[in-house]
Amino acid sequence: MIKSLDPRITREQIELNNPINPLADMDQWETYEVFHQKKRGDQHEHVGIVHAPNLEMALLFSKEQFGRRGISVNIWVVKTSNVFASDYDDADIFETVPDKQYREAGGYKVMEMINKYKKENKKII
Amino acid sequence: MYGNAYIDPNEKPLSILDGEDPIKLAEFEARIDRGEKIEPKDWMPKEYRKQLIRMIEQHAHSEIIGALPEGTWITRAPGFKRKLALMAKVQDEVGHAQLLYSAAETLGKSREAMINDLITGKSKYSNVFNYPALTWADSCIIAWLIDAGAIINQVANSKGSYGPYGRALERICVEESFHLKYGHHNVVTLATGTPFQRQMVQEALTRWWPPIMHFFGPSDKISNHTTILMRWKVKMASNDDMRQQFLNMYVPKIWDLGLVVPDVNLKLNEATGLWDYTEPDWDEFKRVINGGGPCNAERLAVRRNAEEKGRWVRKALLQKDSSYVTPLA
Ligand SMILES: [Fe+2]
Ligand SMILES: [Fe+2]
Repeated sequence: MIKSLDPRITREQIELNNPINPLADMDQWETYEVFHQKKRGDQHEHVGIVHAPNLEMALLFSKEQFGRRGISVNIWVVKTSNVFASDYDDADIFETVPDKQYREAGGYKVMEMINKYKKENKKII
Repeated sequence: MYGNAYIDPNEKPLSILDGEDPIKLAEFEARIDRGEKIEPKDWMPKEYRKQLIRMIEQHAHSEIIGALPEGTWITRAPGFKRKLALMAKVQDEVGHAQLLYSAAETLGKSREAMINDLITGKSKYSNVFNYPALTWADSCIIAWLIDAGAIINQVANSKGSYGPYGRALERICVEESFHLKYGHHNVVTLATGTPFQRQMVQEALTRWWPPIMHFFGPSDKISNHTTILMRWKVKMASNDDMRQQFLNMYVPKIWDLGLVVPDVNLKLNEATGLWDYTEPDWDEFKRVINGGGPCNAERLAVRRNAEEKGRWVRKALLQKDSSYVTPLA
């Protein structure tokens, strides 16, 4: 067997069959949802979660996890238990009428009418 | 970094679809066929959940254990710039583990349960990390070629059907591209350096070639099981296809540096368009993945030590009124 190169093994002299009690429930704390803003003016965007014991630590871990490269200006954290979410099984709540063109700018075309009107009234105009 | 999820060949074949509601199953499969993603609260077959937990969990463990062989070189990295870069890479890998544990949690297995399964040796992680990084050059070969293999695997899996896993992988792949470039830069520096540096990097490549060939796992047995996992977009590419893709992309780059791959049979077969190679030693692979490798024991011992030593801190910070809630997405 190769003598270990890991300083933790050599310096701390960890026994290879060191016993351990299993992790208890909540050892890894609760979950927080993380919202990240890249630059001023952008929306905050949901980027994932962290496990943390409180809001301050959640913010600190979020900065490490989601803000350690690139640019960031702001982070929000929210306890997952405080998020009230719709259910995918209830996705039919988003179904109203099949055609929603009446809510879109593209649903209002006028050029055809204008051109027809101009053609028919050429002499007058 | 990562290796393909290891499915124990001795595991009893499952009657995969036993007891599943045929209507729900049809809706589920239709959703996947339409290219839609599955989200945590959606109905899913038991086998889909089970395989994804296994896969994502093993992936998370691989990231966290994978930080160990490279981490040992932080104190001895040659120069401040290399040290900074290696610290950043190792931090990324541990961050990847965090992202992946979170994705696996959405399927209903707690983070504590996953870590317990890691430190008691119940869960697997990528076999390559049971080998030591004997020299600085080994850490460079890992950063270049093991991460290259990981990227092939992760890019494929990021297009899978499970939303949280895909999102985590997309984030991870961006960071892996830095690891790959960093590793390549390190290897090129050594390969174009002094004769001693060249010798170091050649020896490291020779040592790491067998684990690299093991990285994607043995050829898949074409079974009902793999077919269903592919239809469900859990498994996105066969182990052999990924290995071929890796050889195609990286062997020419290795040869460019005048380095020798220790396999006399390695060549691009003009007729098939595929790479010929000596079949990796799968007995060695099985021996190591089942605990017989040079570093298996110390990797888990180090991990147990870290869990044990950090425990009082986590306990001290834990608030009485907090309770666990599964991540939303
Ligand atoms: Fe990596
Ligand atoms: Fe990684």
